[in-house]
Amino acid sequence: MISRKVNNVQEALEGIQDGQTIMLGGFGLCGIPENSIAELVRKNVTNLTCISNNAGVDNFGLGLLLQKRQIKKMISSYVGENAEFERQMLSGELDVELTPQGTLAEKCRAAQAGIPAFFTPAGFGTEVAEGKETREFNGKMHVMELAYKADFSIVKAWKGDEAGNLIFKGTARNFNACMAGAAKITIAEVEELVPAGTLNPNEIHIPGIMVNRIFQGEKFEKRIEQRTVRQRS
Amino acid sequence: MALDKNQIAKRIAQEVNDGYYVNLGIGIPTLVANYVRTDISVEFQSENGVLGMGPFPFEGEEDADIINAGKQTITTLPGASFFDSAFSFGMIRAQKVDLTILGAMEVSENGDIANWKIPGKMVKGMGGAMDLVASAENIIVAMMHVNKAGESKILKKCTLPLTGVGCVKKVVTELAVLEITPKGFKLLERAPGVLVEDIIKATEADLIIEGDIPEMKID
Repeated sequence: MISRKVNNVQEALEGIQDGQTIMLGGFGLCGIPENSIAELVRKNVTNLTCISNNAGVDNFGLGLLLQKRQIKKMISSYVGENAEFERQMLSGELDVELTPQGTLAEKCRAAQAGIPAFFTPAGFGTEVAEGKETREFNGKMHVMELAYKADFSIVKAWKGDEAGNLIFKGTARNFNACMAGAAKITIAEVEELVPAGTLNPNEIHIPGIMVNRIFQGEKFEKRIEQRTVRQRS
Repeated sequence: MALDKNQIAKRIAQEVNDGYYVNLGIGIPTLVANYVRTDISVEFQSENGVLGMGPFPFEGEEDADIINAGKQTITTLPGASFFDSAFSFGMIRAQKVDLTILGAMEVSENGDIANWKIPGKMVKGMGGAMDLVASAENIIVAMMHVNKAGESKILKKCTLPLTGVGCVKKVVTELAVLEITPKGFKLLERAPGVLVEDIIKATEADLIIEGDIPEMKID
């Protein structure tokens, strides 16, 4: 067994520097690497380019990095829940690259799978396709999109083992599974880190080869963005 | 009488057939799930990575790890599955999803849709809408016929940045059901009590009107 285990979030995030490109898993606040984001705030690395489907909310998730102006550029598909984000974007302080969600996911997956580029119909005929190569396949127009190139990928899983194997829970799998292994170095924070041999190999979602450093997060707040319930009748 | 949002959802629910996998957008589309016939089998997909979505959880049973694409807490039904977002859009691009219902700011007579950006004012992003409209074969738009300023959202040509081109098949508003044909918008049905003239007045695009236009049946 090759161990991917590190002792804590500080060790896991060693080497992250100003100006780097970082992928962060999660959809909204679901499945975000909370402990790593808190450490990025503490380390105060700046000029970051962040690839993440959303940008958190004003006081949680990537919103914390935005508040401290640590992000130079955001690559996302939807950023509607964050007033500070909108302010920085409309004032030009923050560079924003909006990308269709499926394209964003596939650009991660392509990087993870060693594919430099792919064609998708998403965005053809819109401003997303401007300046990009387009091509017809089977009578339909497609846009060429490139795999992301990132320095670090930070993902969050439910369970993991010392070998770096990951299991996700519910819809917290979202971008975490496609970002694991999609950057030069992948960091995984997990709710529960167990010895190798504990997890059933049949149930592993992401094999440890895709994860360089794994640690158990100290605490998970797991905030809910839209608490919707129904009444018991 | 013009329909309310729930009635628009009720009318759209009539388009959902047995055996359909359906993706619902945020807003009126989400309400459609409440009105689908109970004697047919339908599964709802949410693009963040779940198939087989159920209703909202009972109070106290919310799970931060189980949400839909609107970031709302949800439940799953027997037969449900979770997957990652790349896989989710794979099933959308590969047209495994039978019906996509989403909202819009504008729709044009050739089926273009705009729903993600108002330059200089509002930029929330396209989320999964661009992927959905580019790949789905059957797209129904649920929206109000005119915007808050009273201007028609049913246009000859969209004025806002596009989300997709030539993709919308049908539009259901509080006033009418419109089909997009190669020749433009065709008026299929009118809301109960709404006159064809009222619909023409509220529509910037030309309408194809053939014979008597029936009223929508909404119980």
